[in-house]
Amino acid sequence: MSAIGLKFSTLKARHVLPGFGLSLGFTIFYLTAIVLIPLLALAIRPVELGPLGFWNAISTPRVLASLRLSFGMALAAAIIDSFFGLIIAWVLTRYRFPGKGLLDAVIDLPFALPTAVAGIALSSLYAPNGWIGSLLIAHGIRIAYTPWGVLVAMVFISLPFTVRTVQPVLAELGLDVEEAAATLGATRVQTIGRVVLPMLLPAVLTGAAMAFARAAGEYGSIIFLAGNIPAVSEIAPLLIITKLEQFDYAGAAAIGVVMLAASFVMLLALNGLQGWAARRR
Amino acid sequence: MKKLISLTLAATLFAATTAQAADITLLNASYDATRELYKELNTAFAATSKTDHVTVNTSNGGSGAQSRAVIDGLQADIVTLALASDIDAISTKAKLLPTDWQKRLPQNSTPYTSTIVFLVRKGNPWKIKDWGDLVKPGIQVIVANPKTGGAPRWAYLAGWSWAEKQPGGNAQKAREFITQLYKHVPVLDSSGRGSSITFTKRGLGDVLLNWENEAKLALKEPGGDQYQIVYPSRSILAEPPVAVVDKNVDKKGTRKAAEAFLNFLYTPAAQEIEAKHFYRPRDPAILAAHKADFPTLPLATIDGDFGGWGKAQATHFADGGIFDQIYQPGSK
Repeated sequence: MSAIGLKFSTLKARHVLPGFGLSLGFTIFYLTAIVLIPLLALAIRPVELGPLGFWNAISTPRVLASLRLSFGMALAAAIIDSFFGLIIAWVLTRYRFPGKGLLDAVIDLPFALPTAVAGIALSSLYAPNGWIGSLLIAHGIRIAYTPWGVLVAMVFISLPFTVRTVQPVLAELGLDVEEAAATLGATRVQTIGRVVLPMLLPAVLTGAAMAFARAAGEYGSIIFLAGNIPAVSEIAPLLIITKLEQFDYAGAAAIGVVMLAASFVMLLALNGLQGWAARRR
Repeated sequence: MKKLISLTLAATLFAATTAQAADITLLNASYDATRELYKELNTAFAATSKTDHVTVNTSNGGSGAQSRAVIDGLQADIVTLALASDIDAISTKAKLLPTDWQKRLPQNSTPYTSTIVFLVRKGNPWKIKDWGDLVKPGIQVIVANPKTGGAPRWAYLAGWSWAEKQPGGNAQKAREFITQLYKHVPVLDSSGRGSSITFTKRGLGDVLLNWENEAKLALKEPGGDQYQIVYPSRSILAEPPVAVVDKNVDKKGTRKAAEAFLNFLYTPAAQEIEAKHFYRPRDPAILAAHKADFPTLPLATIDGDFGGWGKAQATHFADGGIFDQIYQPGSK
């Protein structure tokens, strides 16, 4: 009985704040105009292929290889960036040191830089005659023009997401929680592992999801660094561009739809995970 | 004060009269390699017109991308692309010009031609002399994706034609050669310009396959003494055609100026500029004057050796065509 009463009161409470209808209406209108209509236009395009044609367009070994590369590397980049993003956010919120403001500003540079510029800068660094590339090649490691080039570019462009989602949460966490844990006899490792990290987990997952989505869709910087060999270092967005240049609009849109669906499923899964982590807290 | 007023009046009058003489701006959608060429041709053309004030702007990009831009609505008055099939696409897919567009101007609507050459590093350390040397163990060949770029498509066909014309050569042998050739390509850029940068700036590869005019341009640039050009025993007559986009010029009322510009490309003055930028001029007298720049070599032609672009495109570069099969996982 009391549970029902509670539910009823929360339902009612929703209407206490005026303007719900208006703001919801505007939200739906805005999302439709800016996001849903362009995505719908994309989804309609492959219809002319028919179900069999659609399947044929996306099931060739080359398309599958490019999707594996794009999503596999994006996942790897998201994991790498989540780890280092957490460390960077930790340093930026917990310590005071000269040049901190400058370092904080540098984090956002991958956002601001045109992706082609990033790609050219990275490829001149990692090419066999570049600063880093020439050192690595001496040890037999090749980054530029291999699938690892894809990973390097993705790690670069998606780092800001993982830092910026964790940073504010960490800043609000406050030292008192850690101090409380310490006074109750927790070791430093226990405090971090059982108190701090679980509270940060939802933010880390959000950052990872955003980094993953950004990396999977990235085109501009990767093509300069990847080598673009079909079925080896060719990312799915490049295959879409290639199909467009051959006037195969429907085929290009078919790959686009698959990427869209895969990203959506991944983001939903990560959101679910994040919700679960938040509830557990 | 009076003087100032009369000056202003004179300036206004002047502005009014110049505005009355037709002020026409043309847009030329061209491919990457012509950037420097059309910059000079546009200025030279503007100087020739006495009555109208015609400005020609050029937009450069990969040939296929430019073709797609015009199909999608880029209001180009003229297209000057790397190969006829990219203009064919504008004709068949968007119906912006008639299908027989290539018959409207002399010599297949190509005022200048080019060919595919090898650019190697100074001293030619790998002793690369001909197509057959490109598939020797250890050689890295830099060439862009023939499905998206103009020059790389000509390069693919040039290599194919060489292999076919070898003693005992046939289509099967040519296919094996081309498959081997692309196994030696470590980076597949999307345009000829991109592969030039990979070869020169990134220092990747031992030989670059590209336009003769791009290769000669690379020699002229700073650091150009690091490379030298090798002419293979056989290449291809690359015809980058030009055309007026009928629907666009009729809508904008610029047909006369657009046609005048294309005709200008055939005049001795323009042919001289084209030769200066290392495009082979069609005018025999001007070609003879620049003989030293343009060695003669046996050249395949797209119509004679490949049955025209329609057939070449379908056989080699369409989805699932011979080029795609090279990269099927598991192919040798």
